[in-house]
Amino acid sequence: MNRTVLDLWVGFFVAIGIAALLFLALKVGNLSSSNFAETYVLQAKFDNIGGLKVRGPVKSAGVVVGRVANIQFDPSTYEAVVTMNVDSRYRFPKDTFASILTSGLLGEQYIGLDVGGDEKMLKAGDTIAKTQSAVVLEKLISQFLYNKATEGPEKK
Amino acid sequence: MSTDSLVKIRDLNFSYDNRPILNGINMDFPRGKVVAIMGGSGCGKTTLLRLIGGQLRPTKGSVEVNGEAVHLMRHDALYAMRRRMGMLFQFGALFTDISVYDNVAFQIREHTDLPEELVRDLVMMKLNAVGLRGAHALMPNELSGGMARRVALARAIALDPMLMMYDEPFTGLDPLSLGVIGQLIRKLNDALGATSIMVTHDIQESMLIVDYIYFMSDGRVVAEGTPDELRATKDPFVHQFLYAEADGPVPFHYPAPPFAADLLRGGARG
Amino acid sequence: MDKLRDLLTKLGSQVTERLWRLGFASRFFVAILAYSAQTFARPHLLLREIWFSGVLSLIIILVSGLFVGLVLGLQGYETLQRYGSSEALGILVALSLVRELGPVVAGLLFASRAGSAVTAEIGLMKATEQLKAMDMMAVNPLARVVAPRFWGGVISMPLLAALFSMMGVFGGYLIGVVFIGVDEGAFWSQMQASVDFREDVLNGVIKSFVFGVAVSLIAVFEGYDSIPTAEGVSRAITRTVVTSALAILALDFVLTSFMFRSL
Repeated sequence: MNRTVLDLWVGFFVAIGIAALLFLALKVGNLSSSNFAETYVLQAKFDNIGGLKVRGPVKSAGVVVGRVANIQFDPSTYEAVVTMNVDSRYRFPKDTFASILTSGLLGEQYIGLDVGGDEKMLKAGDTIAKTQSAVVLEKLISQFLYNKATEGPEKK
Repeated sequence: MSTDSLVKIRDLNFSYDNRPILNGINMDFPRGKVVAIMGGSGCGKTTLLRLIGGQLRPTKGSVEVNGEAVHLMRHDALYAMRRRMGMLFQFGALFTDISVYDNVAFQIREHTDLPEELVRDLVMMKLNAVGLRGAHALMPNELSGGMARRVALARAIALDPMLMMYDEPFTGLDPLSLGVIGQLIRKLNDALGATSIMVTHDIQESMLIVDYIYFMSDGRVVAEGTPDELRATKDPFVHQFLYAEADGPVPFHYPAPPFAADLLRGGARG
Repeated sequence: MDKLRDLLTKLGSQVTERLWRLGFASRFFVAILAYSAQTFARPHLLLREIWFSGVLSLIIILVSGLFVGLVLGLQGYETLQRYGSSEALGILVALSLVRELGPVVAGLLFASRAGSAVTAEIGLMKATEQLKAMDMMAVNPLARVVAPRFWGGVISMPLLAALFSMMGVFGGYLIGVVFIGVDEGAFWSQMQASVDFREDVLNGVIKSFVFGVAVSLIAVFEGYDSIPTAEGVSRAITRTVVTSALAILALDFVLTSFMFRSL
């Protein structure tokens, strides 16, 4: 095998191998959509985050505007503190409402931002004041059953 | 023998897995001479070569090459020493994935920074010495047994070694190639001013080209001398070996209980 | 009683033999790493080995990847459409390839194509005294022969696994979108939404790298440690393929349990 021909083949092999890796990263995976060029940090406290996970999406009007960076438990208030990285192209008013929602009936959970009307905008590092916790299906069902049970005898 | 020996072996013992292979060997290889080590198969000849090359370490005794103790050398010193040794392996041991030219150039490229034109000149010179300059572009699998051996010889002398070692250089060659290799060994030794050690069991060919012969049996030196001395000797071992007699001091039979006992035992079972 | 003692003696010597080999293999691995600087200082040796284990495995990897993707597409569609979620075909094909099938199947193919060839090459060099000859020429066979082959395999393997996965995704696309008619937009967008770069793609690459190290080490070790006869070399080749396959599957389990523990 001539060495120059060999070099060409190896070069070709490495090139298409790296191209395949890029294909997997960009076209198959979500590297292109999840990497925001610049982000700023927002925090929010929830009574219950349900099944929210780190790197879960943050959406506003259905558009992904950020990702969950960190989830911690605050031992003084017994609340979950969620840190989000939000794309710096988007600014949100002070009275933005953060709630934990579920895509579909049983899909993944995400943070939804509902925009309020305040003139002042949230700055990097601010905490969103108004939040709504995750809807926990078990609680909902047991509440429903309890209500049914309490109103049951009256009907009969 | 003369005091100016390139290789000195003193009281050399070697055992493998507690099985003694060599037993108190003393040998001298004077500079500029071709010396043969002869003996039957499995008498420890090849082991001796590997001890001189430092690929094995003796259990006892010493091996000195050019005044330096090979058996005490560390890895780097050993490699420095081996650059000045050449070894021809039994079947040539050519690198099968590269051409004849690259085989001969291998050591030159590994150990020197010579420009490619100079490497080429050297390779062609070595190949010319073994008469195979025209075969430089062939691959090893396109060579006959004798040609492969000659290429391996050219490769072994690539860096003009001071010590050449041959491990059974005549095995499996037709009579014509055998004569060619024999002559080459002698001529190259004299031209390079090297010292050669040849391990072989080919008596007739060796007698023509060597200066001195050691006979080995069961890990010991049993006879030694110049070819003329050996031809004249009455030593039964040498006599058996020289004239290829089937039985003698080297027994035809592998050690066994008496034949009659074996036969009787067979009969009892049947 | 005697039979029992014989059995125990046999068992004991078997265990000792295995431990001896394991120890030797570890020392061998360290020696390869120690000589690796010399390998990277002479890139043309490395290039030849990437050609040998990478380029020569290209065809089998690409073709197998395509077929695995086609089968995944067919089977996945068959199952998903029962639940009315055939658009999730992209997710199914991509996730199974990137996380598991890509590294594992490419690793198995790599072991039987390149690993066995490397064992055969080194074993043959040993059987024909080429390694000894090299050593006598003051050239270290570990640095000149073994280390480049090891690194050639380690570099080739992740690239081959990535190519395998890419061909597989393409095969799934071909069956799902082109032949069956799943919506193209849904196929890609659902795939992208569910395949995470760090969690899935990167972990897959790490897996294939680990498999590459394991297979390459087994291949060069079996070759170097083979009995220098024709029979010994052919046995070493068999051992390479069998041991590599077991190593890949066992490592896959260990790695998966570490990587995807949260799921």
